[in-house]
Amino acid sequence: MPFGLLKYGLAKTYPAKNLFGESRPLKKSYDVVIIGAGGHGAAGAYYLAKQYGITNVAVLDKGYLGGGNTARNTAVLRSNYLTEEGVAFYKASLELYKSLSNELDLNIMFERRGQLTLAHSDAGIRNLRWRAEVNQHLGVRSRLMFNDEIAKMVPHLRMDTAARYPIMAGLWHADGGTARHDAVVWGYAKEAAARGVEFHQLTEVKGVDIDHGKVTGVRTTRGDVRCGKVIQAVAGSSSLVANMAGINLPIHTFPLQAMVTQPYKPLLEPHVSSPHHHVYIHQTSRGEFVIGGGSDPYPLYNTRATLPMRETLSAAVLELFPFLREARVMRQWAGITDMTPDYSPIMGESPVQNYYLDAGWGTWGFKATPISGNTMAELVATGQVPKLIAPFSLERFYRFEQVNEAGATAASH
Amino acid sequence: MKTLHCPLNGVRNIDEFTYGGEYHVEPDRRQADRKTWAEYVFFNANLSGVVTEWWCHTPSSFWFLADRDTVTDEVISTYLFSADPVE
Repeated sequence: MPFGLLKYGLAKTYPAKNLFGESRPLKKSYDVVIIGAGGHGAAGAYYLAKQYGITNVAVLDKGYLGGGNTARNTAVLRSNYLTEEGVAFYKASLELYKSLSNELDLNIMFERRGQLTLAHSDAGIRNLRWRAEVNQHLGVRSRLMFNDEIAKMVPHLRMDTAARYPIMAGLWHADGGTARHDAVVWGYAKEAAARGVEFHQLTEVKGVDIDHGKVTGVRTTRGDVRCGKVIQAVAGSSSLVANMAGINLPIHTFPLQAMVTQPYKPLLEPHVSSPHHHVYIHQTSRGEFVIGGGSDPYPLYNTRATLPMRETLSAAVLELFPFLREARVMRQWAGITDMTPDYSPIMGESPVQNYYLDAGWGTWGFKATPISGNTMAELVATGQVPKLIAPFSLERFYRFEQVNEAGATAASH
Repeated sequence: MKTLHCPLNGVRNIDEFTYGGEYHVEPDRRQADRKTWAEYVFFNANLSGVVTEWWCHTPSSFWFLADRDTVTDEVISTYLFSADPVE
């Protein structure tokens, strides 16, 4: 290590700051308890403090800050969904992402590089046309693009017609992008903590106290806490946490696997996705190719990575980018995704009074981080369900009014 | 290679099987209200631990039940559906 760096590290002139607050005992009571210190929980805490002045808030996590799916997702930001409800919601999220680095005073490395979704069949083109129309109607930049233009934009993409499933068209989504997922949760937590919110890591919620249909507190591994309101903001264990409050959810929990290659020089600018091949890929600013979208074929609460999934993802991505046959895979991992029947989240009120759900985040949670924090804070502070999330209520399944986004994902389900 | 024991075809590669959802008792068609149907169609226990599930051996279209641990991914047993199973 260079001597200068060591000296800098030991110097008292620049003391290390604890951005997330000192560890301390739990208080006896909070106005709001948020279960889950991931992106959504931290964002919810931040907007509660900033917009509504509610700072007597504890964010509890059985692990550590941003250690769950916030750290495991593939950091894709896009709003080119299929339904009007979905597009409006994710569009609002991307709007917040645009200015997030300034707002949180932390570089979240937001890059608007665009996203290209490929069609390899007539049915695929129809899906892309449909999405382009809905997107444009709502002010989202998406348009159909054909092979001559695709070949210019992504010169390494295999365009020849000898491919088993030749590329026929694409949906160009100029608003798409990426951001550093860890920085998003750190930024929100830092700003929330600065306003008085407490973050309690390694504090597992083991039970929820309910009196006459109303939540009164939570029991944790570090003692019982009373509270006025609870936001459940977990991913990968939505059903298990909701069960503690006696709530059954329409969720199946699957691992979703992704992998990353050795770094290359910059050669792929946009995010490229193929729903047909169930694969998507983008190159990080470090140069690695992130290859994702492999949902396990059956439910599991386990983050193991499997060889069959590596083979599946590799075979799919080589159809698009044959040069990657030389690439070495450096890491492969899994996140646990709470899949809802219609691929939309479950947000809002629950059968238990003052217990609010931010659940069912499947494979679409990271891109929704700012807007879900924002709307959940509004719901908790005002008691009114924000218009943007009204379609995502748990009640929709009892009314048979699903918000079907199954046609707007490349993950294999 | 992960395997599954099919009651008809014996031990086969798990790639040959399709997961068919949690085992639920179907509500009485003449009496069930909308809420009961919604819960039957959409909702799941989604437990961590040993659960009973439908599986199908895809090439032979043969359906059966499996008790599987959703944390360790171990299949404990596979067996045929009978009129008064599990529960």
